[in-house]
Amino acid sequence: MAIESIIPFLIVFPFVMAIVMFITRVNKVRNAISYASAVVIMAAVALLTGQWIAGGCQEHVLYYDTELVDHIILVAELVLMVVVTFLCFKYRKYWISLLSIVPTLFIAYFELKGPEMAEAGHIYVDHLSILMCLIVGVIGGLIVVYAVGYMHGYHHHHTDIPDRRYYFFTLLFLFLGAMFGFVLSENLLWIDFFWELTSICSFLLIGYTKEPVAINNSFRALWMNLLGGTALAIGIIYFGYTSGVITLHELVNMGVAGEVVATIPVALIAFAALTKAAQLPFSTWLIGAMVAPTPSSALLHSATMVKAGIYVLYRLAPAMSGTTTGTMISFIGGFTFLITSFMAIAQSDGKKVLAFSTISNLGLMVACAGVGTPETIWAGVFLMLFHAISKSLLFQDVGATENALHSRSVEDMHGLLYILPRLAIFMFIGIAGMFLAPFGMLISKWAALKASVDERNIILVMMICFGSATTSFYWTKWMGKIISQSHLKETKYKDITKKNEVISLTIHAVLMVLLCALFPLLSRIYVTPLIGEMFGDAIEVMSQGLLYALVVVILLVFAVPFLAYLYGKKMRKTMVLSYMNGVNTGENKKFVDSFGEEKTLWLSNYYMHKVIGSRKLMVPSQVFTVAVLVVMLCMIIGGVRL
Amino acid sequence: MANIKRSPWLLHYDGSSCNGCDIEVLACLTPVYDAERLGVMNTGDPMQADILLITGGVNAQNAPVVKQLYDQMPNPKVVVAVGVCACTGGVFKDCYNILGGADTVIPVDVYVPGCAARPQAIIDGIIQAVEIFQKRSDDYKVQEKARKSGKEVQVNG
Amino acid sequence: MSKGLILMLCYIFLAPLIGGLLEGFDRKISARMQRRVGPPLLQPFYDVIKLFNKETITVEIAQTFLILTYFILMVVTGAMFFLGSDILMCFFVLSTAATFLYFAGVITSSPYSSVGAQRELIQMMTYEPAVLLTCVGFYLAAGSFNVADIAQTPISYIAYLPGFFVAFVFILTIKMRKSPFDTSASHHMHQELVKGITTEMASKNLALFQVTEWYENVFLMGVIGLFIINTNPVSIAVAVAVILLTYFLEILIDNSSARMKWQEMLKITWGVTLFTAGVNLIILMIVK
Repeated sequence: MAIESIIPFLIVFPFVMAIVMFITRVNKVRNAISYASAVVIMAAVALLTGQWIAGGCQEHVLYYDTELVDHIILVAELVLMVVVTFLCFKYRKYWISLLSIVPTLFIAYFELKGPEMAEAGHIYVDHLSILMCLIVGVIGGLIVVYAVGYMHGYHHHHTDIPDRRYYFFTLLFLFLGAMFGFVLSENLLWIDFFWELTSICSFLLIGYTKEPVAINNSFRALWMNLLGGTALAIGIIYFGYTSGVITLHELVNMGVAGEVVATIPVALIAFAALTKAAQLPFSTWLIGAMVAPTPSSALLHSATMVKAGIYVLYRLAPAMSGTTTGTMISFIGGFTFLITSFMAIAQSDGKKVLAFSTISNLGLMVACAGVGTPETIWAGVFLMLFHAISKSLLFQDVGATENALHSRSVEDMHGLLYILPRLAIFMFIGIAGMFLAPFGMLISKWAALKASVDERNIILVMMICFGSATTSFYWTKWMGKIISQSHLKETKYKDITKKNEVISLTIHAVLMVLLCALFPLLSRIYVTPLIGEMFGDAIEVMSQGLLYALVVVILLVFAVPFLAYLYGKKMRKTMVLSYMNGVNTGENKKFVDSFGEEKTLWLSNYYMHKVIGSRKLMVPSQVFTVAVLVVMLCMIIGGVRL
Repeated sequence: MANIKRSPWLLHYDGSSCNGCDIEVLACLTPVYDAERLGVMNTGDPMQADILLITGGVNAQNAPVVKQLYDQMPNPKVVVAVGVCACTGGVFKDCYNILGGADTVIPVDVYVPGCAARPQAIIDGIIQAVEIFQKRSDDYKVQEKARKSGKEVQVNG
Repeated sequence: MSKGLILMLCYIFLAPLIGGLLEGFDRKISARMQRRVGPPLLQPFYDVIKLFNKETITVEIAQTFLILTYFILMVVTGAMFFLGSDILMCFFVLSTAATFLYFAGVITSSPYSSVGAQRELIQMMTYEPAVLLTCVGFYLAAGSFNVADIAQTPISYIAYLPGFFVAFVFILTIKMRKSPFDTSASHHMHQELVKGITTEMASKNLALFQVTEWYENVFLMGVIGLFIINTNPVSIAVAVAVILLTYFLEILIDNSSARMKWQEMLKITWGVTLFTAGVNLIILMIVK
């Protein structure tokens, strides 16, 4: 099969499956269909990648004549508008509907009555979009598999929530289709449509439980994302009217050439990407999104949808490099990286920690895109890849742990290694992937640091230095909690993780470790050509010698604990009680108090929430970033002289 | 045999002492007496200590504590009872709550009498304890070796 | 390369000797500052030999393996540094080593050791920016992260990096566990934390920890030396003098200050880092 026929299948198939999911109300049947379609999607992505590689990893621009599809998309867009407006009126959030109505009508008017656009392709295939397809396809497919088991357990425990699993899976598949469409589209109108579709999927999934908090949070996510969508639509229409073309690459090329026509659209689209990637001041929607069931948090709010913002920024990166827009984006990204990693320290809810750390890491990626040099994009691509896998793994694992432990507080995970060993090991790998030395995140951080020094971006250098210190703080303390000797040994917890959840987790963990080992290879055969495509000349961001030296270090860091473990096991040791001033009652977790009675000891981590809690930091940093955005956008737009 | 007597680390435990001896124990570490020149360190941690220094008698409440601290010390180890209360119970001997000297719960190796024991006497006691410590350590080595080769060896002391 | 190899082997075999001797001097000088005679110069070695000869006791079996990992990674850090490889990579491996130390502290679930480990973590967070910025400073000045390249300079880098030097010496107080920042493992007796993160380490484990500290100190002194060293052979003597002076300064600070809470430590250290390294960085970016 040729690429031309796989791509429509890849985009349309999930939409069809979404309809099937909506119709099928028998759980067992639907589960079977979900598995099958997840496999089909993964296979299709694999086929696409295979075909594309067999074709010599070329860039392809496809589908020049698509009038019918254009009309279908327009109609679908209007349907989305009606749905959003209906829901806004139903829940009395009238003004939010304006954010949907206005841009949609603009787009419709532009498409029907606007100037004729130059003939151009609608689908674009290159290294970056294939990479995104792989992330969406593989992680998305695995999360669908996981979700089947998870949602079963979820409704088993939360009997108060109406079981609307058909609706949940409908949205998951709808989202997958939208995401494929988004990363493969070249036409900006298509991009806009798929963008709105992902926003609305996210909104509906957050409100899944229909609890007041969930509804509130879902509307917050909706208005923030729609605001971004509005900026995107305005940017696109402006670009269409001024230049007469409406393709993404044309926009980037114009931006690189320094044509003023591109300045405002690039700035507006970058602004839209900030809302999608939940950067400050728009971070609160992602935190609120954590009320949704875990598979949707894993898929939408950490592994893929938020990466859509990053993807757009990487596309725009060559056009942003060295401009005021680039400065704005890198500043906002760096600032978000630093501040939200502070906030993550003060969180004890596992999912919240993951949410804040997601925002924080997205901030680093955004900063990389804003600087927009080959080095930073190299670092950014790896950040995206590693982050997608390890975050997806962590979210799924926290979800499974919550089902077994009935709590997702990090404090309750004390000694998880001894009560739920399997889940603890997955969690350990996931966290290690986020910050420990041999894993890719750290290497990418290193490259980002080097690149920002090269760019003489002093503020970003400072933010990365301080931000990585705070990042390792909250991860290390979580890891320590997992391996500490347990207080909970006498309470028996049953590992009720379903087999399909375990399959997904295992594949994620294996991918994580493999990526880590194949890092230099991946850099040479994939990411360097990607940079070449983007910037016109392929450069080696890191010398192969250095990367291989890195592999040696990696092997060492893996081998050392293993050998040390073997040696330590052999040693003869006498066990003693832990030191508690001699009043240990004999089991290391109880002591005799001053009344001569037994007291149980409870160890807790530092959270410093009085100093750096999100309550304290969020509003000031939002105010600050809003001010920065307003001032910089005014500078950019006011500076344009056509 | 390793020369390990140069590094005696102390754990100082205050039983039901009147604090007189405790002050004298701390006086040993002051510039005037400076026990550190003998390698003495006052660790607060039984796991790292070689010599347990007890002041004051043992009463019903602290007996298990003394026992636990002693058990937490790694072999070889030595116990020094400082002051007459720690040696025999002293003036508190017949109190309702006093069990007697430190040797009522753990084996004591060196007795340093006095009320309060003078720093010179305490340092003298430590030096004697250090000799015992070296001897025990040598014996311990022999035992370890024997254990490894699977033979039983009777050691005196 | 062969020069680097020799240096690396020297580090692996001599660092514990040098580190131990430095600590011996440390204890002797501290004693003299307190008008005491102090222990013999070789006292640290006596201590470690004794610890190796004692019975191995432990609260948690896995602790040994964690400390052993900490030890090996520390040696690797120093070896990479003296081999002349990437300095940023060295510090990344160092932070991984420190993470293992944290694990060794918390795995026992013992109150003192856990609190000590938590404080150790705060210390890590406190010194990390300064460490990373030092690497950035070297990179800006030398155009390379490679220690071997950095050492090949006609002018000592301290001329370009005085602010970074101050920031690094400042955090050295934390890394060397000196008062006022010895919050995680108290070397001075009778403190609220008993022995902090090392409370549950006994005999061989403690000895290993001690030797690791020596390796670490020598590595850190090496970084100090890197500020001074240049192509002129005389600079080696100057570097040694500066290292000894820095060490003396740390001893002086240790003996003349009372410990602080972590809040103050964090504020002051980050303040100093931001100010000295930051100003230096701005100037350097303009100049270079």
